[in-house]
Amino acid sequence: MKVVLQNLTKIFPSRNKKAGGEVVAVNDFTFEIPDGKLIGLLGPSGCGKSTTLYMISGLQKPTGGKIFFGDDDVTELSTENRGIGLVFQNYALYPHLTVKQNILVPLQNLKGENKLSKQEMLERAYEVARLVQIDELMDRKPGELSGGQQQRVAIARALVKMPRVLLLDEPLSNLDARLRLQTREEIRRIQRETGITTVFVTHDQEEAMSISDMIVVMKLGVVQQTGKPQEVYDNPTNLFVAKFLGTPPINVFNGSIKGGKLFLGDSAVLDVPELEDRENVYVGIRPEGFVVDPNGPLSCDLSSLEVMGRDVSVVSRHAASINPVIRSIVDADNKIDPTSPTINYSLKRHKVFIFDGETEERIYFEV
Amino acid sequence: MVESKHKWKAWLYLSPAIILLLIFTVWPIINTVYMAFSEKYSMMEAFTGKQFTIGFGNFEHVLVKSVGTVGSDFFRALGNTAILCVITVPLSTILALLIAVCLNSIKPLQKLLQTIFFLPYVTNSIAIGMVFAAMFQVIGMAPDGSEAISWGLINEFLKVFGVDSIDWLGSTDGDYWANITVMVVYIVWNALPFKILVLLGGLQGINKQYYEAARVDSTSKFRVFRKITVPLLSPMISYVVITSFIGGFKEYSSIVGVFGEDMNGGRLNTMVGYIYTNIEKKQGYASAAALVLFVIIFIVTMINLYVSKKKTHY
Repeated sequence: MKVVLQNLTKIFPSRNKKAGGEVVAVNDFTFEIPDGKLIGLLGPSGCGKSTTLYMISGLQKPTGGKIFFGDDDVTELSTENRGIGLVFQNYALYPHLTVKQNILVPLQNLKGENKLSKQEMLERAYEVARLVQIDELMDRKPGELSGGQQQRVAIARALVKMPRVLLLDEPLSNLDARLRLQTREEIRRIQRETGITTVFVTHDQEEAMSISDMIVVMKLGVVQQTGKPQEVYDNPTNLFVAKFLGTPPINVFNGSIKGGKLFLGDSAVLDVPELEDRENVYVGIRPEGFVVDPNGPLSCDLSSLEVMGRDVSVVSRHAASINPVIRSIVDADNKIDPTSPTINYSLKRHKVFIFDGETEERIYFEV
Repeated sequence: MVESKHKWKAWLYLSPAIILLLIFTVWPIINTVYMAFSEKYSMMEAFTGKQFTIGFGNFEHVLVKSVGTVGSDFFRALGNTAILCVITVPLSTILALLIAVCLNSIKPLQKLLQTIFFLPYVTNSIAIGMVFAAMFQVIGMAPDGSEAISWGLINEFLKVFGVDSIDWLGSTDGDYWANITVMVVYIVWNALPFKILVLLGGLQGINKQYYEAARVDSTSKFRVFRKITVPLLSPMISYVVITSFIGGFKEYSSIVGVFGEDMNGGRLNTMVGYIYTNIEKKQGYASAAALVLFVIIFIVTMINLYVSKKKTHY
């Protein structure tokens, strides 16, 4: 089931009527979620990603715009009739019911021709429980389960009625780091096996990048960029997206363009003959975009080295850098003298992005 | 743990409460037990230093000899109390639950309605009793004895539906169940505010996400009430039931408020009323009855706790 969002807008009225100023949580969101894909809505808190999710679920009504499931306009359809599965951030498992009873609730609500016999319900419940690997916990209460197990129960409850769309609100935020890694693989696997169009919300870019077919990066209610995770990472359209994606984060410098050359401070680091002269630009360089080169144009003060086996993380400083330190990741084959006061780099062209100093929009150049 | 050399400080801080409790609660309880087992106890004689024989005489009087005596039959008082409890506790709890759920689901005027529902709680029960007495007022019987002549609001209301006036407050020879009906209406109405308040507080403490999850799963309103609201509210419900059973067993002032101190010739006497009528002259009987009441409340509460442990989801 593909999901189409058309000019979706949500405006919350201001709490304080005198002060005025309503909050635009989601602004003119247009996007098509292809059938059977896993989509990550990504952004810092307050960017409107959860609001978007809840509008798809029907728990919140959009102020403007339309939502389609396939060809059906569901904008005015109430949550009950949308046929969605929703996994809440805190799971919202009924604490007084066992795992089995929790999973059965959606099935017991089916009416008319969809009504199932007790036997069929149990079969469906156990089938989905096996899928998320909780079939041995069916008689426990949610309070007796670990966070990761509760999360699976919540997914099972959302999946058991075979929803048209599965929605997950920050599904991993309540899990510890190890479980998070494990569970995100699980979500990927379950989504692949069921083929249900799935939308999930997260503020963790790594999480979104690692399992999504497509990501949507949002900021203050406005969509910044959509695309496959790798494409968005390799080709950010503005400084915000470039800074938001990637660990360690991108290194940002104050730069300028003079005579077809890109300057960081006084050092001309790249030839950009097709660009006009500009006083102020931001220059983003991915950590993996640095190449250790004794004759390289960018000379930095070396602070420390962190050897990580295959790679070396180099911490250095430069006057033009906006971040306090520059983090670069270079191949461990480079023999760097840790006592040396400086380190020289040349840059990989396709890992360098130039952004306008005012609008922070990308300025493209020939790679 | 508090270090031992500072322990006296802890006792010092606790002492005001402890001293008051000892004087006004613990000592009277001990005294009650003593009086209950002192045969033919009389406070006047106790002052003269008379020693009483210890025995079950008072209990014998209360439980055996008083039976059948008009106006001071212990079992009549126990029966009245039990009838009122058994009818009013479930009735008022169910009504309070429905009203609380309704109140919780409306946004406008919620605070105003909450205040209105709470008014009976802050009103003097004797005053309310007098208002009820006026509402159910009957002047007397028609000369031919066919119907009651009345200007009470309730009878006027019933007349609209063509129902004959009923002698609600009828004295000794009147209809007993008419009397009980008045008491049930009165007690339920009087008990509602506190229960609504407790249950509403409980409802507002339930995480809204359970209801959102139920909506996502297209759960019907009735199923939401039965499968989510009631179980999640069950600790509050069992609290309300236990306290109102205890309150019901202590019912007395409301009856005096509606029927006067005579309580229709003692016919509507309750357990506390029985204790109270004996307290001036026959403290031994009163103490014995008080102990019996204590045992009954204790047993009922134990049953309540046992049942609610099985049915309550904490």
